[in-house]
Amino acid sequence: MDFDNYNTNGFHDELFEPNGKPRKAALPIIEQINAMGGKELRRRQKAAEMALYQLGATFNVYGDKRGAEKILPFDIIPRVVEAQEWDVLERGLKQRIHALNLFIDDIYNDKKILKDKIIPEEMILSSQCYLPQCEGLKPPKGVWIHITGTDFVRGGDGVFYVLEDNLRCPSGISYVLQNRAMMKRTLPGAFEEMMVRPVSNYSDYLYDTLQYVANDGVKKPNVIVLTPGIYNSAYFEHAYLAQQMGVTLAQGSDLVVKDYNVYLRTTKGLEKVDVIYRRIDDEFLDPQVFRKDSYLGVPGIMECYRRGNVTLANAPGTGIADDKAIYAYVPEIIKYYLGEEPIIPNVPTYICERESDRKYVLENLDKLVVKAVNLSGGYGMLIGPKSTAAERKEFAALIKKNPRDYIAQPTLALSRTPTIIGNKIAGRHVDFRPYILYGKDIFVLPGGLTRVALIKDSLVVNSSQGGGSKDTWVLGTEPRGAI
Amino acid sequence: MLSRAANSIYWMSRYLERADNISRFIDVNMHLMLDLGIHHGNDHWNALVRTSGDDESFAERYKNATEANVIKFLTFDETNPNSILSCIRNARENARTVREIISSEMWEMLNELYHYVNTNSRKRRIADLEGFYLHIRKMNHLFVGLAENSFSHGEGWHFIRIGQLLERADKTVRILDVKYFLLLPSVDYVDSPLDTIEWAAVLKSATAFEMYRKRFHRANFHDVTDFLIFDNEFPRSVAFCLRQALASLQEVAHMHGEPSKALEQVKQLDGWLKNHSIDDVWKIGLHEFIDDFQTRNNAIDQAVFESFFAFRDA
Repeated sequence: MDFDNYNTNGFHDELFEPNGKPRKAALPIIEQINAMGGKELRRRQKAAEMALYQLGATFNVYGDKRGAEKILPFDIIPRVVEAQEWDVLERGLKQRIHALNLFIDDIYNDKKILKDKIIPEEMILSSQCYLPQCEGLKPPKGVWIHITGTDFVRGGDGVFYVLEDNLRCPSGISYVLQNRAMMKRTLPGAFEEMMVRPVSNYSDYLYDTLQYVANDGVKKPNVIVLTPGIYNSAYFEHAYLAQQMGVTLAQGSDLVVKDYNVYLRTTKGLEKVDVIYRRIDDEFLDPQVFRKDSYLGVPGIMECYRRGNVTLANAPGTGIADDKAIYAYVPEIIKYYLGEEPIIPNVPTYICERESDRKYVLENLDKLVVKAVNLSGGYGMLIGPKSTAAERKEFAALIKKNPRDYIAQPTLALSRTPTIIGNKIAGRHVDFRPYILYGKDIFVLPGGLTRVALIKDSLVVNSSQGGGSKDTWVLGTEPRGAI
Repeated sequence: MLSRAANSIYWMSRYLERADNISRFIDVNMHLMLDLGIHHGNDHWNALVRTSGDDESFAERYKNATEANVIKFLTFDETNPNSILSCIRNARENARTVREIISSEMWEMLNELYHYVNTNSRKRRIADLEGFYLHIRKMNHLFVGLAENSFSHGEGWHFIRIGQLLERADKTVRILDVKYFLLLPSVDYVDSPLDTIEWAAVLKSATAFEMYRKRFHRANFHDVTDFLIFDNEFPRSVAFCLRQALASLQEVAHMHGEPSKALEQVKQLDGWLKNHSIDDVWKIGLHEFIDDFQTRNNAIDQAVFESFFAFRDA
């Protein structure tokens, strides 16, 4: 098994040029794998899978009574992002996050962007992601979106497009960190030569960010991670991040509100909490304010937040900018708040609420990808070119009934990257999710989660639908110390 | 630390200790059967079920206390909450809720142990059953060693110790109680060769055989009970377990700046053991003593819960 018969099949490939030659930046790792031979490569792949299994980085197989567990499939051939490409992404992400944070603050306070008619007001008010309970909130240090994981795809033209902004505490960072740790064991040879940039200090940056956003006057902020509990599919990540930062991992039932402060229930009694990195969705956060039937949250926590006695990261309400119809306005948002041209483009988006867009969408359902505006994870989606007539009919009816709930985008020829499939190396479609922290400054971790659609020709990278992951090597331009 | 986390750590440790004990009991019993021969079989396997305290739930589901049935019930039966598989699964579930608190090495070891037992539970037949039980105990020892050497000896560590020691004391008296009942000495049986073999098996169930020999040389029920209840140095004797649990509870009291109800209760029991001997136990009656001890041990468990895990609105 090697790269000798590898074919890019006309797709943009992350490791190979269109003429079938390895990209210069990726050459060391390709040569290393070629020299290793198929047997050794497979052995290392197996060893990495076994290590992840023993680490307990597993999810339960649904419906299996005997407790079968699986790891998220992990492919040991890394995805490479070259230094110059990364520079553009980094600058573009900083710009985008900066603008989105200003946008959210404006929406819940002055609403200038609505008054100036850049975005139609009813677009915001009709969004299920708009939370009136957040009106007038001023989060500490002005930061709403402390942690972001922006989804990118690369089109056939080789350009990175933002697909989704994911401003509501996205998951996946633990895979980035674990995958890297695994790769250091599995293919250590090429790291130094390729000047792979480090990701392992993410937890330090995260902790700094969370400490920084504590309310003024708090001397040594008590930071915690709030999880829905062990049955949540991302529990592994919640525990991992708490462990890496050395902070308490709490569930809603561990917290209690007293005199508008939030406390942990400890063996010694109550202990005040200052900053909560919460991995519970807005609507479950506080049954007194949002969903009344939530047992995951903490009754009264929003009032503590409103009074400035505790910081929530991310702030409640940030989902407004995740609405896929609002997403279409992000280029305008960047221009409006920063007076700059967007550095990274959006995927062109048709908003079904607009009559002309809707007409085009309904006439071209077989060419477009249709998405529900407030769903993610590959749900509520129609992939036009792969759909049946019946599915298109169903979506046409849905769009006509609730046009505000749908957008459409052209089907992108997602880039591919070499992946071990059985006894061969074959091209598979990938996306890319870097992680951004907003504290004192905006920090973009030089790395990210590359999700890969392991099924041939599939464009769906979600783990629930046959997706796996890879380590992402962002290359530096000068030798560095630690990886 | 979080009350919930302390509770999970305590139970993680108790369940592991329980699984370790059951695994040893079964192993020892298999060996004993080789010495005693098949006609004694079911009594002894039945006794083992009673040791676990689950005789009723066993009777509901199994007709006879055959070796195969008892081994299945105590090892792989998922409907038995005290089977080895259930214990290790529960230990792991508890560990999962505190995996950010315990060391990664501990979590990975426990995870490996769980996968080992779970994978074997799916097999139709295990070729080397003895090796299987041995491996469980080895991994458990590794876990305990990692807890000792990769985990700060703070509050969490003390809850590991307290859980382990209370569980161990409970199991040590249970094996004594059940075996005593089974071997209820009749005059012509005492100190017969079979009697000696049986009491040696009791010692082995507590890994006490060799250490006992160094002190008493010959196995008889008087000395065995003395050793397993009162020995000051053997790590599975009741007295030793309580003294160590007391030390951990004192450390915790020191950290919290106040003594707990659990501490007071362990202190009392420890005091009783210090001021009495095996002859006092015989005067009370071994079974009556053990009954009383178990009631008190359960009360301590309840006090630990109330002192540390239940929510205190301070």
